[in-house]
Amino acid sequence: MYFLVTRLVQASIVMLGVALVGFLVFQFIGDPVLALVGQETTIEDREALRERLGLNDPLLVQYARFVGNALQGDFGISYSFNRDVSEMIAERLPATIELVLLSGVLALALAIPAGIYTGIRRKGGLAQTIMALSVIGVSIPSFLLGILLILVFSVWLNWLPSFGRGDVGTFLGIRSSLFTLDGLSHALMPAAVLCLFQLGVILRLIRAEMLEVLRTDYIRFAWARGLPGRRVYMHHALKNTLVPVVTAIGLQLSSLFAFSIITEKVFQWPGMGSLLLHAIGQSDIPLLAAYLIFVGLVFTLSNLVVDAIYVAIDPRIRHGGR
Amino acid sequence: MLAKIRSDFWFEFLSSPVTVVSAAIIVVLVLACTFAPLVAPHTPFDPATISILDNNMPPAWVSGADGRFLLGTDMQGRDVLSAMLYGGRISLMVGLGAVALSTLIGMAVGLATGYFGGVTDAVLMRIAEIQFAFPPILIALLFNGVLKTTLPADLFARAAVPIMILAIGLAGWVQFARIVRASVLVQRSQDYVAACQAIGLPTIIIILRHITPNVLGPVLVLAMLQIAVAIVTEATLSFLGLGTPLTAPSLGALIQAGSQFLFSGIWWVVIFPGAMLLIMVVAFNLVADWVRDYLNPRLR
Repeated sequence: MYFLVTRLVQASIVMLGVALVGFLVFQFIGDPVLALVGQETTIEDREALRERLGLNDPLLVQYARFVGNALQGDFGISYSFNRDVSEMIAERLPATIELVLLSGVLALALAIPAGIYTGIRRKGGLAQTIMALSVIGVSIPSFLLGILLILVFSVWLNWLPSFGRGDVGTFLGIRSSLFTLDGLSHALMPAAVLCLFQLGVILRLIRAEMLEVLRTDYIRFAWARGLPGRRVYMHHALKNTLVPVVTAIGLQLSSLFAFSIITEKVFQWPGMGSLLLHAIGQSDIPLLAAYLIFVGLVFTLSNLVVDAIYVAIDPRIRHGGR
Repeated sequence: MLAKIRSDFWFEFLSSPVTVVSAAIIVVLVLACTFAPLVAPHTPFDPATISILDNNMPPAWVSGADGRFLLGTDMQGRDVLSAMLYGGRISLMVGLGAVALSTLIGMAVGLATGYFGGVTDAVLMRIAEIQFAFPPILIALLFNGVLKTTLPADLFARAAVPIMILAIGLAGWVQFARIVRASVLVQRSQDYVAACQAIGLPTIIIILRHITPNVLGPVLVLAMLQIAVAIVTEATLSFLGLGTPLTAPSLGALIQAGSQFLFSGIWWVVIFPGAMLLIMVVAFNLVADWVRDYLNPRLR
């Protein structure tokens, strides 16, 4: 418990820091008033607008107001859309979440068995092939992979749609495009692109950890006791590879969010990533700040969940020893 | 430690054909791109030498092609091969520059925090922790996005390469700082450091002359891996329209420009720069993998 409480405090400090960075950086770019007004707006009107947006207050006051509002989920009005930022994020969030979830599940479902297999059968032909493919998987830039997939499956073969999110279906009260065939066909290529890098990273990590563990004495001892291979691999070896693997998966979850920006751009997926790119293009400061803080929150939360899982799987942490 | 090449270096290197081929590819690419003005058959970004009449020519082996353009031309009649060589030069420049910057910052922070500990350590490592919560590509993207909206467009375009180096370099220093700090913590408790302190060597000499050589191994491996990452990051930012301008495009910007013509069946303006980018990155990754295995005694 003590471990988790310390982590929670640390996480809040990190979030305050993120908010400060977001606030400071975006305080100094562009002029929001110029972005909002037309050429014929008078100087007096501009000053009034500046005053109304609170841009004339001292920095510290603005920061306090910023954090206070953010805590209530209020990130102000988008300069370029003239709409509530939190509303816009709520609108775009489901699209990004379904993309991230689909590719995360795909990556884990493929990486864990493949990682275990290549760790055990190091020299086999199949294992070597998987490893060679994984090098390409972690090397190929995701935007390039996306373009290549579009070229092959949309332009040449004409099998899959090349852009956008498909029809949205409702299942158990959740609205998602993953519940319709059209939606799935739209999500398939983006999810594949997004998962490939994570797939390669997790696979290689699990393999490396398995190799490390399999050379230890207690594994040799388990073999000497005549235990069946399945038990040695799954029970003795795999369990002890879990801590670094869980760490990596936590980090990968946050990078899925970051990389979804690229995937969304390539496939014109209407999620948070394309919103961010639009915000940068328009120097839409409230939108940028909200995105930064939101992503920071996702990352901090996933790190917290990872810590909680540590407590569950590693007795050394649970009992406070080292 | 690294000052002398171990006697088994060439033996181990030559007995891994994949590594030899990758290293050869890197050498060829670096030379071809560095001397692009001499090697390239055309000067693609000089308006005086290109003709719009040559636009969208397919590669030389496809029917209807022009023998002057080995890999075809793009929509403005620029030679794709030459554009790739000039673009590769920018990609390599940004990749190497950014990693050099990350290494420099990371080493400085890692050595300082590891050796001195205390408040310096606490403050710098908290900053590192906050930054580590964000994927480097996102940081570089935001940094670049901020500069793009602040600076005048022509200045941003002219300073694109240094800006990219700064953005990607600043995004990548944390990993270097972490591994250097961890190694320094181990080294600091060694007897040779105590001996140095006992004979009254200045701290700066102990750090630079005695500790630094002992932490270079992991730094070298990380730097090699990061070159590939930096090249991909640069290409990605350029693809997103936040990187190099179209008047002097990197490989990523070339791919972005070409991808708009995919549906007209003009595949060569995407495939060839893409292939070059991929080959470059895979080659750097494979060499880095080999160096890591070579320096890791447990895998031998």
